[in-house]
Amino acid sequence: MGKRVLLIEDEPNIIEAISFILSRDGFTVHTHEDGETAMDKLRAQPPDMVILDVMLPGRSGYDILRDLRAAPESAELPVMMLTARGQAKDRELAARLGATLFLTKPFSNTEVRDHVRRLIGA
Amino acid sequence: MDLGIRQADLAAEVGISPSYLNLIEHDKRRIAGALLSRIAVALDVAPGLLTDGADRTLLDSLRQAATEFADIGAEISKAEDLAARYPGWAALVAAQAGRIAALETRTQVLADRMTYDPDLATALHSVISSVTAIRSTAAILTSDDQIDADWQRRFHRNMHDDAVRLAQSSDALVAYLDPPEDGGAVPLSPLEEVEAFLAGLHWHLPTLEADGTAADVIATGKLRKPAQALFAEFATQYATDVAALPLARLTAAIARIGHDPWALAGELQLGVSLVARRMASLPADAGYPPFGLVICDGGGFPLRIKDVAGFAFPRGTACPLWPIFSALGQVGRPVQADVVVPGQPDTRLRCTAIAELTSSPAPAMPARVVATMLVKPNPPEGTGPVIPIGVSCRICPRETCVARREPSALGAASTQAL
Repeated sequence: MGKRVLLIEDEPNIIEAISFILSRDGFTVHTHEDGETAMDKLRAQPPDMVILDVMLPGRSGYDILRDLRAAPESAELPVMMLTARGQAKDRELAARLGATLFLTKPFSNTEVRDHVRRLIGA
Repeated sequence: MDLGIRQADLAAEVGISPSYLNLIEHDKRRIAGALLSRIAVALDVAPGLLTDGADRTLLDSLRQAATEFADIGAEISKAEDLAARYPGWAALVAAQAGRIAALETRTQVLADRMTYDPDLATALHSVISSVTAIRSTAAILTSDDQIDADWQRRFHRNMHDDAVRLAQSSDALVAYLDPPEDGGAVPLSPLEEVEAFLAGLHWHLPTLEADGTAADVIATGKLRKPAQALFAEFATQYATDVAALPLARLTAAIARIGHDPWALAGELQLGVSLVARRMASLPADAGYPPFGLVICDGGGFPLRIKDVAGFAFPRGTACPLWPIFSALGQVGRPVQADVVVPGQPDTRLRCTAIAELTSSPAPAMPARVVATMLVKPNPPEGTGPVIPIGVSCRICPRETCVARREPSALGAASTQAL
């Protein structure tokens, strides 16, 4: 079984595309669509890295990231933030909260795959 | 001259020619500064009596403009001279300053809208999400890798769905950014839009007086969606007020005991704020005096402003001496006082204000306080003291005011405007 990636994103067709390209690259991809229960999913199935959308139903990706960094077991977990907002202040907020990477939509498949490979290996 | 003074005598006393005085008397020349003071002394009247309200507004605008651009160093104390000597240029400066302020406010509103408007954020998010999904899916389909036929069908369907969604969200975005159909001036905020709408109706809504609905009234205007929601709240309150105090009952009580909202509230066994709101919505053509109204929250932010002749309440920084703010400090107790504003020493405004809790306090949430103030210009002579209200401290001439927040930018010469 490959390295585990948890994709927290609420757009089904983006989930499908990212899952496809990462699975084909050998990663095991789990997905979750709801911000409110994302932390439960993280605790139940600890991944090797998280791809985290900012605008989620129930709870924002920033709030989830804050909780992730506050918990000792996930304080160092690689987290790549996905967002439609690419403004400097959003990047600053993501960096301040401890995001490992910040990827602005629309991104390319190659970008996603290369970043994941670099963060947790193939 | 109506004071029994010959024009030639007055001209000699103040040191100008009779012909120049004649021009002044017929508004062909404006007076200000020392000459204004000399004529006022000679006639034994307040200087403000010799300048009209438009002059006062112009001078306030000039001083405000000078304080807004303080680094330029305009001679604020010479504002009256400028207005007197070059009224056209003075009006131009004031108009440009007003336009700059309006444009700055509008720019800020638009910037806020672009940054915080949830409708716009949702529309943009939808567009970008669709584009992202299409881009990723298209890249998978056009790659050199072999893709299972089922997956190919699935991705084609996803692309089609996303393309449809993109078209819809793009339409919504374009519609959102379209200017209004009439191309006219867009009100700056929903609050101001509702107030402009209500001013057009003279704040009296026969439809709601007679069992109509907010939708019936909205259908008669061109309120945008946020303003419609705000107006619906206003209409709900209006209809509740009508049910508690029908117009016929209010007018009958006014006929019996007069216009004092405090006395009326006692007579009708109703709250002062309810009576105040109903008096501010009396029909304009029925012979009642015009009543101004201000409703503000606990932070002093005006939720509703109804200006009338002789009374204008600022939406920005207001003088803390207005009785509505005193009322906020003593919730449940009506406050009544006469006030005068700079430049209008002969226009008293009788203010009746009360603050009330409009929600119950909870452990983690303080109660909401709302204050209501009814304003009657030129009331019958009162017995209490008259409070000198100011304007924005930067252009307020009342140097020694206890409520001053910051120094005035006006020179001592302006104190004659008191």
